[in-house]
Amino acid sequence: MPRYVEDPNKLNARARGLLEELRDKGTLKMKDRLAIPVQRPPVLDPGERSRWQEEVEKPLTPAQAVLESMRCIQCKNPACVKGCPVAIDIPEFLRLTAEGNFSAAIEVIKRTSLLPAICGRVCPQERQCQKDCAVGKSLKDVGLAVAIGKVERFLADWQRNQAQAPVPRVKSPSGRKVAVIGSGPAGLVVAADCRREGHQVTVFEAFHKLGGVLRYGIPEFRLPKEVVDAEIDLLRRMGVEFRTNFVVGRTRKLLDLMDKDGFDAVFIGSGAGLPVFTGMPGEDLVGVFSANEYLTRANMMGAIHPGRTDTPMFVSRRTVVLGGGNVAMDACRMARRLGAEEVVVLYRRSRTEMPARAEEVEHALEEGIEIRFLENALDVLGDESGRVRAVTVQRYALGEPDASGRRRPVPIEGDTYELPADAVLVAIGNNSNPLLTSTTPGLEVNARGNVVVDPETGCTNLERVFAGGDIVLGAATVILAMGEGRRAARSINEMLAREAIEEAADAPHAHAAPTGHWAPGRLRRRRLALGTRRGG
Amino acid sequence: MSSDFETSRVLGAGSQPPARRRRLRRRSEEPSGLAVQEGSEALPGLPDASAEPTPSGFEVLSVETLAEKVMRMRVRAPLIAQERNPGQFILLQTDVEYGERIPLTIADADPRQGSITLIFQVVGKTTQELAGLRVGDSLPVLVGPLGTPTHIEKYGRVVAVGGGIGVAPLYPIVEGMKAAGNHLTVIAGARTRELVILESEMRALADDYIVVTDDGSYGRKALVTQPLKELCEGPEPPDLVIAIGPPIMMKFCAETTRPFGVRTLVSLNTIMVDGTGMCGGCRVNVGGKTRFVCVDGPEFDGHQVDFDNMISRLGAYRDQEKRARDHACRLHALAEKHPHA
Repeated sequence: MPRYVEDPNKLNARARGLLEELRDKGTLKMKDRLAIPVQRPPVLDPGERSRWQEEVEKPLTPAQAVLESMRCIQCKNPACVKGCPVAIDIPEFLRLTAEGNFSAAIEVIKRTSLLPAICGRVCPQERQCQKDCAVGKSLKDVGLAVAIGKVERFLADWQRNQAQAPVPRVKSPSGRKVAVIGSGPAGLVVAADCRREGHQVTVFEAFHKLGGVLRYGIPEFRLPKEVVDAEIDLLRRMGVEFRTNFVVGRTRKLLDLMDKDGFDAVFIGSGAGLPVFTGMPGEDLVGVFSANEYLTRANMMGAIHPGRTDTPMFVSRRTVVLGGGNVAMDACRMARRLGAEEVVVLYRRSRTEMPARAEEVEHALEEGIEIRFLENALDVLGDESGRVRAVTVQRYALGEPDASGRRRPVPIEGDTYELPADAVLVAIGNNSNPLLTSTTPGLEVNARGNVVVDPETGCTNLERVFAGGDIVLGAATVILAMGEGRRAARSINEMLAREAIEEAADAPHAHAAPTGHWAPGRLRRRRLALGTRRGG
Repeated sequence: MSSDFETSRVLGAGSQPPARRRRLRRRSEEPSGLAVQEGSEALPGLPDASAEPTPSGFEVLSVETLAEKVMRMRVRAPLIAQERNPGQFILLQTDVEYGERIPLTIADADPRQGSITLIFQVVGKTTQELAGLRVGDSLPVLVGPLGTPTHIEKYGRVVAVGGGIGVAPLYPIVEGMKAAGNHLTVIAGARTRELVILESEMRALADDYIVVTDDGSYGRKALVTQPLKELCEGPEPPDLVIAIGPPIMMKFCAETTRPFGVRTLVSLNTIMVDGTGMCGGCRVNVGGKTRFVCVDGPEFDGHQVDFDNMISRLGAYRDQEKRARDHACRLHALAEKHPHA
């Protein structure tokens, strides 16, 4: 039995007691709602959990979820919905949860968000839906806003633990084929949305396992792989096909998917996936890793199971992590779990500028990780065998605000020191991976290598090719990637529906000389029909 | 094992019928009768992306031993067979859950049969397991073709240096360079006679074939750098040198040619995870810049590569690897002691 910070049974009993009291009161006034204490989910004891991969935070208990939802004052003009990148009808799902109607509540979320179990866990709620929550405002603390993310996660977990989550309805086969490149958050959403319209959907994944960043990047202790598996399994049951070990651009060129394989539309959701290095001296020493590599070895290649896996993991005692985002937090907490006695995060700005999710920062601190603000590595020092022995650290002060509106860190001349270390994990961001764009002639990218799309449709400059997620946004969040996927899927579905109508209208004149924009597509459809038959 | 250096590579130019590619490329420009013809264009033997089976993995079609601990294996991988070019490699795992990803260069491919050929030396746990596969078994993970293909053109006099298993990846390049009209000298080096591979194939292609062994059991008793130096000093110095083999050999080949200013290409085989540029584990310092072997390479200008750093990075997991190998050996010994256990 794992130890918890607070006993889950007690948390539950307290919530049940409060619910009883409130039931006796009848209709709740605003004052009553604001008086309900924010419900904190059961959390594993930091001392124990920092040696395990087990998920740190458990879902709210049903009583807690109901109680937390009762804290919502049902604003007429809800700021939470505006703060949500996919505009989930938050007051509505909270209202239904407060009534105990969990199945209706989760359906409200699923109208707009496909992956609530994931978003509930990884969204930076304090910067989105919960940021301007009226309850938090009234109580003058964003930490006391309605815990929307916790309720969302509770509902999603509740549904997953039911006999079997309902398979979304899929329309009858349309005869159209959609290729999705990448099985991360953006790709999964496109796959689901296009499949629902009856299109044949194939998801191509470069790795041998599905989920993209949800699999290789975000660790088990923050997002159990069972949750990702369940979402992918649902897509499989909807009839989505998955092709692993398939690098579009190498195994098959993007345009060949349409020209040779008869796909009618392609969605690029291949993610950021090109680690940024600092270029500082000593970055090539043994013991310096990109956080991508470190986390991939741990999460995807099974290095979290030493003894069982063939993929070696660098053993370190004193690990230094560079960066202040979620990836840096994942990397430092993973290093801790893999046995590092001392983990120090260097972040060159202050805590307020830290892009990581507030909860991850708190959890990292609880687990004994030290975060040194306004400090950054100047270079990495090695021993005679080329292995890391220390990092030279430069101290900073905050100067004038920069283009991002955050105060620019300015190095304090001469204020440096040597920090002993045997491993350095670089987590300062990702650029767009050029593999796909460089092998797709004509595809428009911007100076940063991101694919350029029409912001309304997600369409690239190439006909029938759409894109979304980090390959468009640069390194962003899961929910934004999902929003992008949703938009692109809508455009793909509209395009394919329009073509189906045009084709039906043209059918009697199939032998007339084709003219106009859609002619090639129409002719190609003949080939597609053959392909569909061949595939059974 | 990450220390698996085995590579092999064969020419792929010309395997893709160029007419087919051109015809399909025209689709969007030419909406007339030609496109209708495409409607029935499925060429026999060339699979489309939705036809290649993966659930069962990649089937082993043949296995043979070329030399002690050196194996040649043909694997079914129709799309890779179709797309690969000389110089490209694949990554494979012998176990989907806990296997390690190792890079192996594509030694040859047959797009008609939908197969690729790998040549590897048994040096670590993964290659040991690979060598244990039999015809009909399947590899659960195989991805490629990865890396930038070799640039083949007419340089004039080309000297190709292969050390040990490095002769295998050299072969397709030699084939391509020969076809491009170059004069070819092949220097093949091995520890001992039994480890000289692909000799007849190389002799058939090369204008000059020089074999050297460490122990003098075959050819000259010398290191590959000796004949290389003599060629550089000779009346007709090479216009291009390509050296593939152990890192230390490539380093010294580059040092040998440097004073003569002879352009020298090397093919690097570093530790990799994804092979698509995502992890950066394969990074090397080339001319002061960080480059990724998996996407920028595997071939680089040997005079620019920081070999010492690369060699030390290759040893990053030496301790763990030794433990894994010892463990495997112990299991092996145990199995021999209790054959029915």
